[in-house]
This record gives sequence, C-alpha cells and structure tokens, in this order.
Amino acid sequence: MQRKSIGMILACLLLLAGLLSACGGNNNGNSGGSTSGTNGASEGSSAEKKEKVKLSLLVDNSQDSINIGEALSKAFTEKNPHIEIELETRPQGTEGDNFVKTRLATGDMNDVFFYNSGSLLQALNPEQNLLDLSGEAFLDNLLESYLPVVSSGGKVFGVPFRSSVAGGWFYNKKIYEEHGLSVPKTWDELMANLDKLKGTGVAPIIGSYKDTWTSQLIVLADYYNVQQAEPNFANDYTANKAKYATTPAALRSFQKLGETVGYYNEDLLATTYDTALAMLAEGKGAHYPMLSFAVPVIEQNFPDLIDDIGFFAQPGDDPNKVGLTVWMPDSAYISANTKHPEEAKQFLAFIASVEGAEIISGVTTPSGPFVVKGAELPDDVPQVVKDMMPYFNAEGQTSPALEFLSPVKGPMLEQLTVEVGAGMRSPEDAAALYDQDVAKQAMQLGLEGW
Amino acid sequence: MSKLQRKIYSYSFLVPAAIVYIIIFIVPTFLSFFFSLTRWTLSDWEYIGLDNFITFFKEPYLSIGFRNTFIYAVVTCGLKVVLGLLLGVLLTGALRIKNYLRSVVFFPTLVSTIAVGITFSVMMHPTTGLINETLSFFGIKGPDWLGNPSIALLSVAMVDVWKGVGFATVIYIAGIMSIPEQYYEALQIDGGGSWHKFWHIILPLSRPATNSVIILAFIGGLRSFDLIWAMTKGGPGFSTDVIASIIYKQYQAGFYGLSTAGNVILFLFVSLLAFPLSRFLTRKEVDL
Repeated sequence: MQRKSIGMILACLLLLAGLLSACGGNNNGNSGGSTSGTNGASEGSSAEKKEKVKLSLLVDNSQDSINIGEALSKAFTEKNPHIEIELETRPQGTEGDNFVKTRLATGDMNDVFFYNSGSLLQALNPEQNLLDLSGEAFLDNLLESYLPVVSSGGKVFGVPFRSSVAGGWFYNKKIYEEHGLSVPKTWDELMANLDKLKGTGVAPIIGSYKDTWTSQLIVLADYYNVQQAEPNFANDYTANKAKYATTPAALRSFQKLGETVGYYNEDLLATTYDTALAMLAEGKGAHYPMLSFAVPVIEQNFPDLIDDIGFFAQPGDDPNKVGLTVWMPDSAYISANTKHPEEAKQFLAFIASVEGAEIISGVTTPSGPFVVKGAELPDDVPQVVKDMMPYFNAEGQTSPALEFLSPVKGPMLEQLTVEVGAGMRSPEDAAALYDQDVAKQAMQLGLEGW
Repeated sequence: MSKLQRKIYSYSFLVPAAIVYIIIFIVPTFLSFFFSLTRWTLSDWEYIGLDNFITFFKEPYLSIGFRNTFIYAVVTCGLKVVLGLLLGVLLTGALRIKNYLRSVVFFPTLVSTIAVGITFSVMMHPTTGLINETLSFFGIKGPDWLGNPSIALLSVAMVDVWKGVGFATVIYIAGIMSIPEQYYEALQIDGGGSWHKFWHIILPLSRPATNSVIILAFIGGLRSFDLIWAMTKGGPGFSTDVIASIIYKQYQAGFYGLSTAGNVILFLFVSLLAFPLSRFLTRKEVDL
C-alpha cells in the first residue's frame, strides 16, 4: 500500500513538472508579427513580382533594442514590401550569450541577429557560424576604426545598429550643486567628492550588484588610463605576456574599485540595474558608474529628470590626461545558415546607411556618436550626451575598451568585481584570480601562447 | 511453447521501454564521458585527454562549491526529515481540518521553483522586502538575507525546505498510515501514552518512509541548482556556488567540454555518497 502511494505521487509530480516546463518554454518568440502592417497596401500598386520573403530577426529583450529592431524592420519593409521581418527576443547578459551560442551551434539561428562586437563576437566562432560580408559596398559607409571589432581572420561580419557607447560615471547635478561639488579631474578629487557625500542621506555611489554585470564598470571603464600608462597592454595581454596582477597600471583598475568600498547604497547586493537608474534620476544616489546606453532608458522612464544627469569619464591620476573608454556599438550579423542571404544583406545595408542611423536616433537617444559616415547626432540630444562629446571631438581622448582590442575576456570577472566592490575580497587577490580565469578561457578557445 | 520461445515472448515486452531508456539515458551518459575528454564547441571537438578534469579541479572556487553542496544537502535533508515527520504525525492525527491542512502543506511543491525563487528573493530584499519590513515593525533590524555571504546559503536552504517539506510530509503520511492498527491496540492495552506511541511505534515503523525522504532529499540537495540560480546566481561573489552552478557558469561561458567534465565529476560525487547511504539505510529496515 505504502509503495503504491509513493509511486503515484512520484508519477503525478513528474507529470506536473512536464506541464510546468512546457509553459515556460513558450515565453520567447511571441513578440513578433509587429511589422506586417504595410504589406496589403503596396501589393496592388507596385508592378514588382518579387517573391515574398520572411526574415527573422533576434534582438535582446531590453526595451531599447526592441524599439530599434521594430523601427528598422518597419522602415525597411516600407521600402521593400516583399521582405517581411519578424522580431524575436532573447534574454540579456550571460544567459543571452548562452542562448545565441546554442542556436548557432545547433544551426537554428535566426536570419539576422543583434549581438555585441569585440571579444564576445570572437567567442561565437564567426568564421564558421556567420555570413562573410567582406567586399560588400555598404561597408564603405562605416568608420575604419569600427571594422576591426566585427572582423575575424580578415573577414567582416557585422554592421552597427546603435551609436557607440561610453563607459564612465553618471552623476546627479542637483546633488553636485547642493553640496558645492565640481566634476573631478583626478581619482583623488573623485574620492574627495565621495567623502563629502558620505552621511548626507544620499548614497555617494549607486551599486546594482543584483545584476552582477554592472559591477564590472569601474574596472572596465578604467582602460583609457591603463592604455595611457601601458600603450602596449592589449597586445601583450592577448599574447599572455602581460597580466592584470603584475601590471601596476592594470592592477590599479581593481584597486580603484577596492577604494570605493563603503560608499555604496546599503542594499547594493539586492539592487538591480533598473532600480539603480531610478535612484540616480530621483537623486537617491549621487554617482552611478555605467555605460552610456543607460541614457535612453533614463530618458524614457524619467523624461523630466534627464537634465539633472551629467556624465564624466573615469579619472586617472593626472589631471591633464583625462579620457574616455569607449564601447563599440553592438552589431547586426547574418547567420551562415540563412536561406535568404541576399535579402538579409539588403537589410544590413539599410541599417548601415545614414537613413538607418536617422531611424535609430528617432526611436532612441543616441548614447554617443555614430560610426556610420555622415550620420550626425540630432540637435536635441540631452545634456548628458553633450557631456561626452568633448572627449570624442578631441584628439586622443578616447580609447576602445579592452574587450575590443583583445579576444581574451574571462567569464568570472563580474563575480570577482562583486566581491571586491562589496568588500569581500582584496583587489590584488581578485586581479590574480581573474588572470587565472582568463588563462582558462584562452585555453578553452585554443589560443596560441597559453 | 518451448522454454526459449517463452523467454523471447516475455522479454519482447521490455523492448519498447529498453529502447527509450537506452536512447535518452544510456547513450547520452556515455557520450558525456567521451565529450568530457575533448575541447568541444558543440559542432566540433578536439581530443585533449584529461585536461578538462585537471582544469576543473584547479578551479579556485571548487572547494567552496563542494563545501556548499554538502552543507546545502545536509541542512535541507535534515530539516525535511524532522519537519516532514512532525507534520506527518500531526496530519494523521485526529484533526478536523487535516485534509485542508494536507493540501496547504503540499501546495508549495506544486509551484514552479523559479517562481518561488524570484518571489522569495523579492521578499528577502534587505530594505524593501516583506520579511525585513515585518521585522522592523517589531523593531528588529533584519539581516541582508541573500547579500550577506555567511547566511545567503542558509536563506536559500530555508526556502528549499519550505518548498520541499510538503513532499516529505506526504511520504510520511503514507508511511504512518500503513502502520497496522494492532500495534496501537497493543499500546493501549499496555497503557502507553502518545509519547510512547510516537517513540516506540511511529518512529521505528515509518522507517521506510524516512529512508525515502532522506535519499530523495539528499540527492536532490546535492544536485540542487534551479532555486539557487533563481535566488542568488551563486553570489554574492561565489558564496552560494554549488557544483551544479559552477558547471552551469562554465557552460554559459561556452566551455562545453569542461562543463561536461564537471558533470561527470558531479555524477561520481553523487553516486559515491548516495549508494552507500542507500545501502546503509535499507539494511536497517524492518518488515511490518
């Protein structure tokens, strides 16, 4: 009797588990179909007898990417009524990386997908999985400095679907005024500002370590300063000759993060990225080290408060050498398995045109300059974007982030920076562990010299 | 029918089940042993011998992972046995609303683990969470349940117990109900009280149920992943990493060969603990 009932319970549980997981599986993929509105009108009038083609486009599930994807698809279908584009969304962060890698490896990738450029792209094994775009005319529209970050083995694979992004410190101008602070030119000045804010009821720095990726910013956005001290760091690092733990300028990036311990909001380990942006806009925190792609999110959620937000580059130790670390735009790629390579290329050519850039700035606030030649920023960009422009306009005041100069980036960095920022581990220790992590990645990629 | 024919006849009924079992269990198991020896990109592999195992054991957080896995399994398993037994006794007693209570206790088992994890991580938020707001109403300043590295693992374990104790209770209820009436009658004749009933009859005679609960909960604890991932993703830092979450992170990073090697190790680890435990426990069972 007893055996039987246990067996029954087990069977019921198994059935139930199956049902639940089936429910979960359907979540992605039903946000498509928004771009099919324009077909009926054009069918009768145009004499074109082109066969109808349906492309599918995969974007991450941030509102900003969805807006861009929808706007681009809509405008493109208006110009090319025979090509319909269906949008599908995927998770962000490492979970999204996993999603993309699995789809590529199993040959199920959408025709076109949006993804990071630089080291994360290299991890996709682009020469095997992506469609080669070398020699296409539309690549001439793009800045020279951009092409290397979407290239591998001399072939080009992507075009930018955003403006470039800067990494640095957002600050709340109202709080700065209230406490008589000025934009710091050196790291020491920044620390002095933080000291003045301590105990005033606002968090000197906002931390959002529940979304672990946000914890890396201080280390990654310090790369301009690393490069000033060690111009060859990226190459030596790729060749396994330079290490974070043993290069003082690079170790300094971890130490800077270590010096911020204790200046964060009390609940930093439970705070998310979205909450952090709200705290910044509402003046509950003074600084938030973040990438400038946060600008459109703030503008969308807090349109009245966007003018209270300013931006400065992470300062180094020399007031005359302040510069910005820049993230190259995320890009659109074509899967090597696509059934419609010509139509997909047409779509990418559209994205990489000045017209495409205008459509993008129509639905989202540019977070920095475009890398499409001739594409200008609209005049009404908020002040926070204008704060970044002096760095871009001056000679030698920007540097790409390390992940665009070297294919090596260890997957554990975000956990290590959480530990340093939360005061659980010393910066030196974390740098040494990160070097080990990087070595593991290089070996798994089968890179030479490791 | 000859003896041989009869044998073929009866074994032929096993074939469908055997095919399913081989395809979805035996084949992947052996393939994973093979791929754990390769550098694998899902489409392409290269034989690299035992390198993956060496790398896996060099993982600096691995010792934390093993320790956490063990603590988590022991804590959740222990609490499920104790609470499950007590609830089982309570719910087989003479309570009028026991059928209702049985459903209530079993209900958390039916909810998706991820949903439970997300809900509890919101409730455990250090400043705006329900738990700490309630505590502060009474003037107690609650800890950062999931942010404090020294209690984060225990917080997750408590949620696991909340979710899993209903299942243990149901097994206990079945076990206790299958104890024959005569034992209780004998107890009454001898004039024993309810403490004697529990200590001398229910506890020893629900031994098979205890064994099932221990083994299921312990193995479940060793393999646990979903709840931990939903609540802390192994963090803060590495403080709630268990072996399964370490493996998952390696998989996310695209280290497919390495994470497969990790799974082989987890498989051996669980087997090494679970088999002897299971044998030890069943040897002590008595017939009713």
